[in-house]
Amino acid sequence: MTGRIAIEARGLSRSFGALKAVDQLDLTVPEGCIYGFLGPNGSGKSTTIRMLCGLLTPSAGTARVLGCEVPAEAETLKRKLGYMTQRFSLYEDLTVSENLYFLGAVYSLQGEALDAHIERQLERFELTDRAAQVAGTMSGGQRQRLALAAATLHDPELLFLDEPTSAVDPESRREFWDHLFEMVDHGTTILVSTHFMDEAERCHRLAILDQGRLVADGVPDDLMRDVGATVIEILSEHSRAVRDAIIGSTGVWHVAQLGNKLHALLDPELADPETRLLPIVHVVDGTARIHRVSANLEDVFVMATTGAPGA
Amino acid sequence: MRNSLGRVRAVAAKEFRHLQRDRLSRAMILGIPLVMTLLFGYAINHDVRHLSAGVVDEAQTSQSRQLLASLQATRVVDIVERFDNVGALTEALSRGAISVGVFVPADFERRFVRRDQPLVQLLIDGSDPVVQSVARSLAQMPNAALGTSAPGFELRVLYNPERRSPVFIVPGICGVILNLTMVLFTAVAIVRERERGNMELLITTPIRGLELMIGKIVPYMLVGYVQATIIIVLGAWLFDVPIRGSIGEFYVGIGLFVISTLTLGLVISTLATNQFQAFQLTFMSFLPQLLLSGFMFPFEGMPLPAQWLAELFPLTHFLRIVRGIVLRGADLSLLWQDVWPLGVFFVVFLMLATLRFRKRLD
Ligand SMILES: Nc1ncnc2c1ncn2[C@@H]1O[C@H](COP(=O)(O)OP(=O)(O)OP(=O)(O)O)[C@@H](O)[C@H]1O
Ligand SMILES: [Mg+2]
Repeated sequence: MTGRIAIEARGLSRSFGALKAVDQLDLTVPEGCIYGFLGPNGSGKSTTIRMLCGLLTPSAGTARVLGCEVPAEAETLKRKLGYMTQRFSLYEDLTVSENLYFLGAVYSLQGEALDAHIERQLERFELTDRAAQVAGTMSGGQRQRLALAAATLHDPELLFLDEPTSAVDPESRREFWDHLFEMVDHGTTILVSTHFMDEAERCHRLAILDQGRLVADGVPDDLMRDVGATVIEILSEHSRAVRDAIIGSTGVWHVAQLGNKLHALLDPELADPETRLLPIVHVVDGTARIHRVSANLEDVFVMATTGAPGA
Repeated sequence: MRNSLGRVRAVAAKEFRHLQRDRLSRAMILGIPLVMTLLFGYAINHDVRHLSAGVVDEAQTSQSRQLLASLQATRVVDIVERFDNVGALTEALSRGAISVGVFVPADFERRFVRRDQPLVQLLIDGSDPVVQSVARSLAQMPNAALGTSAPGFELRVLYNPERRSPVFIVPGICGVILNLTMVLFTAVAIVRERERGNMELLITTPIRGLELMIGKIVPYMLVGYVQATIIIVLGAWLFDVPIRGSIGEFYVGIGLFVISTLTLGLVISTLATNQFQAFQLTFMSFLPQLLLSGFMFPFEGMPLPAQWLAELFPLTHFLRIVRGIVLRGADLSLLWQDVWPLGVFFVVFLMLATLRFRKRLD
């Protein structure tokens, strides 16, 4: 990280009619890092990215991206930008290499330089064998690899990835992220939106969006440490019943179920939470085990979106 | 500038690929001109050929034989049988053995000299709708063949008073088909990218509106030339439509018309929000052109306001240009008053489309 700022947004807002899709967003993205956007459907991730690319005009607020005011100086910015849209936006009736040649030429790559770039991308994203395949016939994961290859063909300084791995299997997702880290090592700044907690955890910094608002941002580890709640894990064969039993007890804010595991978020003011919960739990399931754990991003997300009651 | 050219070329190559991969588009390029030219050409083909004819020559003079020989030479009729009297001739007609009967009266020479009566009698199966055109072409015969101005046949032409024939229709078809297909191709060109989600990516690249527009019309110019060539070749081959003027100037005229209709399509594409709307707008722009341009109805017969309106259509000017070159052998400098409006249409439509195209989603 260079210490310089790639994206700076202040009070960035966008409404569609009465709906505030993005509401008073303040954002600072340092150069040379992977910055994550975590948020549920409709939380305004895509809308924010589109505003930062200069594709949507903000209803209010300002944004500077790589030193360019958007949307006013968007055309200058577009040379330095790579954008992988959420929906596959390459040409389905063109082959992999035709798509890449088209985009390369649009970014003013020519002749041997263009050939070299395309060959590099095909290799890097393991598409060499598929160069002659029509994009529309590729699988979801292959398409996303192609889209990333296309978005990074011209070596952009800043890369926007809108849910780039939604169709990618876990194995390929790891490789995908290896590519991202490699690019960051070469100085690229990446802003990536995701639903996946494990992906969010890999980001250098993270912003959590909910209903258009920024509800938390920071380094994932800090966010998890400063979650503002005590996290209790309960292992039980009857987790549903246990959940129903403890929900609503004093100091219990939120209970999430993951298989036969429960994550309970409790008021941190509550003294000795394990001993308080244990009797309630044992009424339902005498064999249930209960212990305190450190928060994960899911907990951070839940806390950030539902918040402490009365807070 | 070099970058601009590179981007235009990239877009053009991409559009060309789309065209190549889309079976319907390919079929449209070749199918529409083929089918339409044949349909219109034959449907409005009144110049009938090789009708079987029977003859009664009561005069039997060298002049009557000369008349019949030149009748045969027109190839409108084939003299297949000779009869001794009119009774046998009409009998053959009603049997359907022949479709035209020619009766040269015994006093043919006298009529020829005195010039007070028709020279020859034509007997024609009146139930056949081709009668008019046959009668019309034959009506000119005795005079032309014999170099006189004697009243030949008394004829009244009941339909097609303009004497429309493929010679007249085919150049018009060329304009109408080009108009429809060219506008249609580009009208969907931008909407399609929007519908398929390609637009969001495209507008995030450094491409400029004008580069995109020009790139999108280049491949279709080629298509326009292919279609025009098909129509003209078919016209010349099947319907004897000559090109009296220069082929080069004909192609210049085609080019001007093609780019003005292509850019009209681009304007439509920036107005429509989906492909269906683009189709609707295309037909909305096409129908008045079809009706008012002079293709369907004679231009001079239209009320003045309709004529003024028609001056705003590229097709109106193109029809004048193409008819001028193909039928009258005129050259472009003579047709200048219809050439410059096409250029103006092109520039105005191109500017409109470029200005209306926004690299924004909102
Ligand atoms: N063009 C538009 N017109 C009207 N409403 C819109 C438009 N674009 C987005 N919205 C609305 O704005 C809100 C935010 O949408 P956005 O696409 O930014 O969400 P997101 O966080 O990307 O969601 P997802 O994870 O599902 O992709 C949604 O409620 C959406 O319905
Ligand atoms: Mg989205």
